[in-house]
Amino acid sequence: MILMILQRLGLGVLTLVLVSVLVFAGTEILPGDVAAAILGQNATPESLAALRADLGLNAGPFVRYFAWAGSVLQGDLGQSLANRQPVADLLWPRFWNTMALAAYAAVIAVPLAVGLGILSAAWRGSLFDRAANVIALATVSLPEYFLGLLLILFLSVQFGLLPSLADTYAGMGFPAWLRATTLPMLVLVLVTVAQIMRMTRTTVLAVMDQPYIETAFLKGLKNGRVVLRHAAPNAIAPIVNVVAFNMAYLIAGVVLVEAIFNYNGLGRFMVDAVSKRDLPMVQAAAMVFAAVYVVLNMIADIAAIALNPRLRHPRVKG
Amino acid sequence: MTNSNNLLIGRRGLLAGAAGLSALSLLPSRLRAQETPRSGGVLRMGIGGGSTTDDFDIRKLNDWVPVNQAYMVMNGLVEIDADNIAQPELFESWEAAEGAAEWIFNVRQGVTFHNGKVLSADDVIYSLNLHRGDSTSAARSIASPITGLEKLSDFQIKITLASGNADLPYMLSDYHFLVVPEGFDDWSNPIGTGAFKLESIEPGVRGRFTRNVDYWKPNTAHVDAVEVIVINDISARTNALMSGQVHAINSLDFKTVNLLGRNPNLNIIRSSGGQHFTFLMDTRIAPFADVNVRRAIKYGIDREQLLQTALLGFGQLGNDHPIPRTDRFYNSELPQRAFDPDQAKFYLREAGMESLSLTLQTSDAAFPGAVDAAAIYRTSAAGAGIDVNIQREPADGYWDNVWMKAPFSMGYWGGRPTADQMLTIAYSSASAQNDSHWANERFDSLLVEARALLDEDKRREIYWELQQIVSDDGGVMIPMFGDYLDGVNKAVKGVTPHPMFNLMGARMAEKVWLDA
Repeated sequence: MILMILQRLGLGVLTLVLVSVLVFAGTEILPGDVAAAILGQNATPESLAALRADLGLNAGPFVRYFAWAGSVLQGDLGQSLANRQPVADLLWPRFWNTMALAAYAAVIAVPLAVGLGILSAAWRGSLFDRAANVIALATVSLPEYFLGLLLILFLSVQFGLLPSLADTYAGMGFPAWLRATTLPMLVLVLVTVAQIMRMTRTTVLAVMDQPYIETAFLKGLKNGRVVLRHAAPNAIAPIVNVVAFNMAYLIAGVVLVEAIFNYNGLGRFMVDAVSKRDLPMVQAAAMVFAAVYVVLNMIADIAAIALNPRLRHPRVKG
Repeated sequence: MTNSNNLLIGRRGLLAGAAGLSALSLLPSRLRAQETPRSGGVLRMGIGGGSTTDDFDIRKLNDWVPVNQAYMVMNGLVEIDADNIAQPELFESWEAAEGAAEWIFNVRQGVTFHNGKVLSADDVIYSLNLHRGDSTSAARSIASPITGLEKLSDFQIKITLASGNADLPYMLSDYHFLVVPEGFDDWSNPIGTGAFKLESIEPGVRGRFTRNVDYWKPNTAHVDAVEVIVINDISARTNALMSGQVHAINSLDFKTVNLLGRNPNLNIIRSSGGQHFTFLMDTRIAPFADVNVRRAIKYGIDREQLLQTALLGFGQLGNDHPIPRTDRFYNSELPQRAFDPDQAKFYLREAGMESLSLTLQTSDAAFPGAVDAAAIYRTSAAGAGIDVNIQREPADGYWDNVWMKAPFSMGYWGGRPTADQMLTIAYSSASAQNDSHWANERFDSLLVEARALLDEDKRREIYWELQQIVSDDGGVMIPMFGDYLDGVNKAVKGVTPHPMFNLMGARMAEKVWLDA
């Protein structure tokens, strides 16, 4: 088992290296550069040339890739081209904001979704099961942009219950923070609950079709007990997987939600950096997002390995 | 609404830009609010156009959040008022020698920076020099005609220009020409003479500014503090205004402004100014090298329809020259060019063509709604025998890859404080940003001549002719001018339209007050 975990770790690192090449190549082919973005319509050929030379944009792409990758390995994310501040100083506060919102949403979404999934598996075919499915399908089918605007329209503009801006700042206090981030949290919960819930339901039901469950029923056990004690534990691995996948979405996929609610997270940071062509910031943000995906998937895989009884108790070669 | 007043201002051309202008501040402003300002409160502004990498470097200012914030902390040398006239700011008065190439400026006395330093000529010279020479300043081209900058006394400087320019005070009103103390270069902790001091800033996110109790400008700086929240997304910005989280927002969406106007708690501030939208023809190459083709294209567009559809009427018709009605040299007698398919066909035949097929490269980066505008043009042009094929370009890099490179493309100009500046930057054959690559000898020589004249009537005559030349011969079709649109909560008093930019020429914070 240790070997398999090491293998997963190795693959994760390799993925990150490949991602770094792709990120760099991707930012290379973006049209325009930071010098043009800084000067805007006021750019003249001389001022552009001067600024480009100043910013070191004239070196070849290979030179710049290895310089960049080398310093990232040493933990140095580089300097913003637009204002010469260290990227790390600008990026990490934003990252923690995104993490905080993701955590808020996850704390509510994951138990809710897993609970609903198990319940609808237990009551398969019931009114509850069907209603939960329809609602889940409806929320997951609405784009989060639309969902967000609907919530703002009703909860914020019409009834004034919650602020439409997720306006957070240092030292604002936890209750105020919760209030400010409730609307974006709701959108995130609505779009993630459906998938986790449906996946939970499907896996639990798949396990329920196994012969040993039939045996359990034949022993005379009640439905709820069979689901909770016999089926659910064996369905954990796929559920952990889909939960991890949705957690990754909560962190890396929230760009639109951050835009609608003007939330000060990493997604907006990256959009900002792209529009300014501030490559070190784009690259750093992309690497952080990639790392989140890789790490969460790795945790899911390792958890799946660890939870798999056949791997936990490998047969001794005889 | 007060906006209709603006249309009249351009014709009040009596107010010269040269000597003795300080007397003008005594004139009653037709737009002055009637109520007495009251002090106190926190003004919350939601402004679009900010980024994580913003700072207060006056050489780099090019988006609305940093520009508005810079005006809170720092002062300019010259201020453009609501009637589009240059007014003294840190320059208290000025005088030009005959030929307008040598100028004496008096620096305002008794003004102190936030750090207690007294403003003097040295600070002004230092600040101006940031844009000259090897500087990477975005205002470098505006500052480059300045060949000499000399301190005459502690409160007087002399500026020498390469050639005469009667509009120098207007040029110095550019938002890059703000004043910092001599030697200052800590652009994340700005020191200025402005109405507010920076309390805290998180670039691209929020900023808080508190009132400078020693502010020198009378009857301003009413609120205790200003909070700026950066809201780049237009719907988030509109929602924030509607839900009462902010008092004022900039750059409303033309498409939803009528709906927003129904909200009883809000005022829509509509400012007519120099912002205009362009169809650019590269006049160096066929078919646009032929002036007849250019005219055919100008007659082939239904301007009224475009204005009503693309801007929902929030603008003015354009007449293929860039001078707005709010400019004191606007040619009010130049006949408005109308949609005339027959004229268009006539000019096509003059060019030896029966029909014309063109590719128009465009993107919403040119201006919001540009792609729709292109489609509207395509329909009207078809009736004039011009077949327009729309080629949509990515918004990213549009200014780099398409603007000034494509044979036929779209763009916009934000307007300039004077006719001379606008005509020089986009139509003088010597300008690097002459985006139709148009060259007209008579235009070039008249432009230089008018620039150096101090006689207002003679200047007007020339600028009127220049507008005629650009309209008839130029390579730019200008179908419409777009208003600047702001949304403001009714609790904010003292808000007026301003011909320069959104949010009262980016100086709203120091002028308004909050109702109890």
